[in-house]
Amino acid sequence: MEENKTFAPADYKSDQAVRWCPGCGDHAILNTLHKAMAELGIPPHRTAVISGIGCSSRLPYYMNTFGFHTIHGRAAAVATGYKVANPEMTVWQISGDGDGLAIGGNHFIHAVRRNVDINIVLFNNKIYGLTKGQYSPTSDRGFVSKSSPYGTVEDPFIPAELVFGARGNFFARSIDVELATSQAVLAAAARHKGTSVVEILQNCVIFNNGIHNAITDREIRADRTILLEHGKKMIFGKDKNRGLVCDGFLLKAVTIGEDGYTLDDVLVHDAHTPSNFLHQQLAMMDGLGDLPLALGVIRDVAAPTYDEGVSQQVEDVRARKGFTSLHDMILAGETWTVE
Amino acid sequence: MLENTNVKTLDKVVVRFSGDSGDGMQLAGNIFTNVSAGLGNQVSTFPDYPAEIRAPQGSLGGVSGFQVSVGTGVHTPGDNCDVLLAMNAAALKTNCKFLKPGGVVIIDSDSFKEADLKKALYTTDDPIKELGINAQVVEVPVTTITKAALADSGLDNKSMLKCRNIFALGLVCWLFDRPLEAALHILKNKFAKKPAIFEANAKVLQAGYDYGHNIHASVNTYRIESPEPKPGVYTDINGNTATAWGLIMASEKCGRPLFLGSYPITPATDILHELAKRKDLGVKACQMEDEIAGVCSAIGASFAGDLAVTSTSGPGLALKSEGIGLAVMAELPLVVIDVQRGGPSTGLPTKTEQTDLMQALYGRNGESPVAVVAPASPTDCFDMAFEACRIAVEHTTPVILLSDAFIGNGASAWRIPTADEYPAIKTPDIPVDMLADGSWKPYKRTDNLGRYWPMSGTDGAQHRLGGLEKDVVSGAISTDGANHEKMVELRREKIARIANDIPALEVMGNPDSDTLLVGWGGTYGHLRTAAEELCRQGKPVAFAQFRYINPLPANTGEVLARYKKIIVAELNTGMFADYLQCRYPDAHILRINKVQGQPFSVSEVVERTEKLMED
Repeated sequence: MEENKTFAPADYKSDQAVRWCPGCGDHAILNTLHKAMAELGIPPHRTAVISGIGCSSRLPYYMNTFGFHTIHGRAAAVATGYKVANPEMTVWQISGDGDGLAIGGNHFIHAVRRNVDINIVLFNNKIYGLTKGQYSPTSDRGFVSKSSPYGTVEDPFIPAELVFGARGNFFARSIDVELATSQAVLAAAARHKGTSVVEILQNCVIFNNGIHNAITDREIRADRTILLEHGKKMIFGKDKNRGLVCDGFLLKAVTIGEDGYTLDDVLVHDAHTPSNFLHQQLAMMDGLGDLPLALGVIRDVAAPTYDEGVSQQVEDVRARKGFTSLHDMILAGETWTVE
Repeated sequence: MLENTNVKTLDKVVVRFSGDSGDGMQLAGNIFTNVSAGLGNQVSTFPDYPAEIRAPQGSLGGVSGFQVSVGTGVHTPGDNCDVLLAMNAAALKTNCKFLKPGGVVIIDSDSFKEADLKKALYTTDDPIKELGINAQVVEVPVTTITKAALADSGLDNKSMLKCRNIFALGLVCWLFDRPLEAALHILKNKFAKKPAIFEANAKVLQAGYDYGHNIHASVNTYRIESPEPKPGVYTDINGNTATAWGLIMASEKCGRPLFLGSYPITPATDILHELAKRKDLGVKACQMEDEIAGVCSAIGASFAGDLAVTSTSGPGLALKSEGIGLAVMAELPLVVIDVQRGGPSTGLPTKTEQTDLMQALYGRNGESPVAVVAPASPTDCFDMAFEACRIAVEHTTPVILLSDAFIGNGASAWRIPTADEYPAIKTPDIPVDMLADGSWKPYKRTDNLGRYWPMSGTDGAQHRLGGLEKDVVSGAISTDGANHEKMVELRREKIARIANDIPALEVMGNPDSDTLLVGWGGTYGHLRTAAEELCRQGKPVAFAQFRYINPLPANTGEVLARYKKIIVAELNTGMFADYLQCRYPDAHILRINKVQGQPFSVSEVVERTEKLMED
């Protein structure tokens, strides 16, 4: 039976030619998604990939699963209905920063709030690529683009902060070029029951090339990022000698063996703790100052899911009322007979 | 087949005020009576005092009532009431027997606490169910709001509570469009020597009126009745409930679960309410974050294989248009219910109109044809909701059902059908051999030009849909111009061919006359009654009711060609008339229009038809 069958990444690939620009970060994400799906072993016909509009949203065409390339911003709503209708399916939602957080911002926060069991992969390149280079809701203040020639005068969303604001239970982050991390967090997202949000920092080679370089450059990446793993010490740096410690209510990066800090002072990551206080602190580290940008699974907490709630309620009420048909139900109400 | 119906404008309504003997029901009732009389209504009242003068508060023996009938041809206070106001649990218990089926009950929910129920000798915590009340129940926290309105008045608690009756009066004035000036005048005289009390009452009168306005409270003052009921088991049903039940019947008949994605909007919300209750029949009713999510979640559910529906009213339909376009492109079954109200914009949320016809037909970008159907009466909502589902599923297309506030809220006696009175709905499943030999493609056509509708999770049926134009066969993205034109033509033709799958247009009234009166949607009762009235007066007129708007029934041209004059009566400025005229340029089309947020009256249709016949 299918349970025993194993799948290779190629089993999840469609026959369509991939049309993203050469060098686009989406290629790497697509490949790691194929690998993560093979790792999970859920058959292609048990998998659905639903997207909105934008470069990233082309992704379903490259999958040999059920796929739906919907309309701008609405993928989360389509995915919610889909999952409720068929809870057996593993549902992925692919969105970009514009699709997911601007036009689709309302659906994004409500999907997270409801905790419907879908995996949202948010490709964050801080730009609108398909419309050729306008600033997005994650572009930094002052960002110069075709639609902000004098720089933006607005602050960006930080996706993690929205997820926590909407009381999300799963948040992970990776970088398009960090293949192993991407695969691991995508698989973890699928294993988590409820809305999982995976932010992947993606490089748009044409309209925003190098936007994440200050963090992702090969030379400095080890010092600018930290890979969080549940149950492990929060250690980072080229020489693995840097660690995160508590400093009052805040986090501080220290060098182990300096200023009196030892390995024992370094925090152990607990992704499963219900309080999101520390998770939020970790997710908000930006990698530009002293604190590294957090990668990996930052929060992964079990909570009741919407789709299960709907199914369970339907089942319970049906059993309690015991109607076998509409006719049955109507006759149980007020009626009279005309001879 | 439409049953013969009579629509009656209730020329009189009966309101019953009931509460504790100290609640001031007589005063509220009297003021309402006087205000109505001042507007030229005939009135007849019946004060119903408790037998005991000083029965304990909240007990059954202490209930006081006041019934008034207002309108024309009023000779008695009426046997039963259309609206029952019950200020506490005891009042509801002793007075619910006076309520007509399908009427409106307004209760002060603050006076239905555990102790109140106990005092009135209820045995359960659900008084409505316990009493078997079959009516629209409006629960209003009268005490809370009255006290809140008077928070700054300086009155003590007891004095504030004495104003509850006037809050209720304000709400009833809203329901029946009674201006507050006259009520204020009466109150001013009554409390001439107590200006503070007058001020307090004036304030809560307005608060009650505003509350009705804010919650879009409405009461139906029409009734649609069948003159010759068929034998059977009957229930009272309004159009919105009938719509919900028709969808459930369709779900049973196609073997797919029913999914509703919706967002509350007057006057369509009762469909969401009813389907939320019908989780007991397996309905997955989801209240989404907005109208767009309502339609999009339904599209997702349809892609997964459920019978998917979204319900709304005009402004919501506008928000859903991009989603409906996606369903047109993806060729997925989808039922969109629009319970029309007065527009544009927020318009007249509680009033009826037929002004969304063009929006339903054309309100999307691109060449975007959908099927459009329109129920004729509250009970026909059941049949047409079923039909909308049948067409959506068998032709893999979005279908818009154009109901309206009048039939949605309007009630009628309905013979409860059995399941075998409705046909099976055939889901276009992929034939097994086609799936096995690989000849199935996502845009391979069925005989009626629909697509196959694969269930998600079927091995080998993986495919990708989307809003981009697709290759005519393979379903791969295509930007080829000739292919696009072919697809536009296919989508148009698919809808056009539904005409082969719907009943022919029927002519009622006197088919041999020169004039055909034409209607569509919820005006049926008034128009048919008017046509019969004209025939009785020796001015023969034929009458045709369009329940299928797009496509029109196949014999439409042939029927129209038989008449010298075709009079299209509708509650807009002539949308259906224009639609018919551009399809049948030779038809001599005349118009009767009304856009006042009110249904036609039979007499005005008779009069205006007569005039057009004579001209």
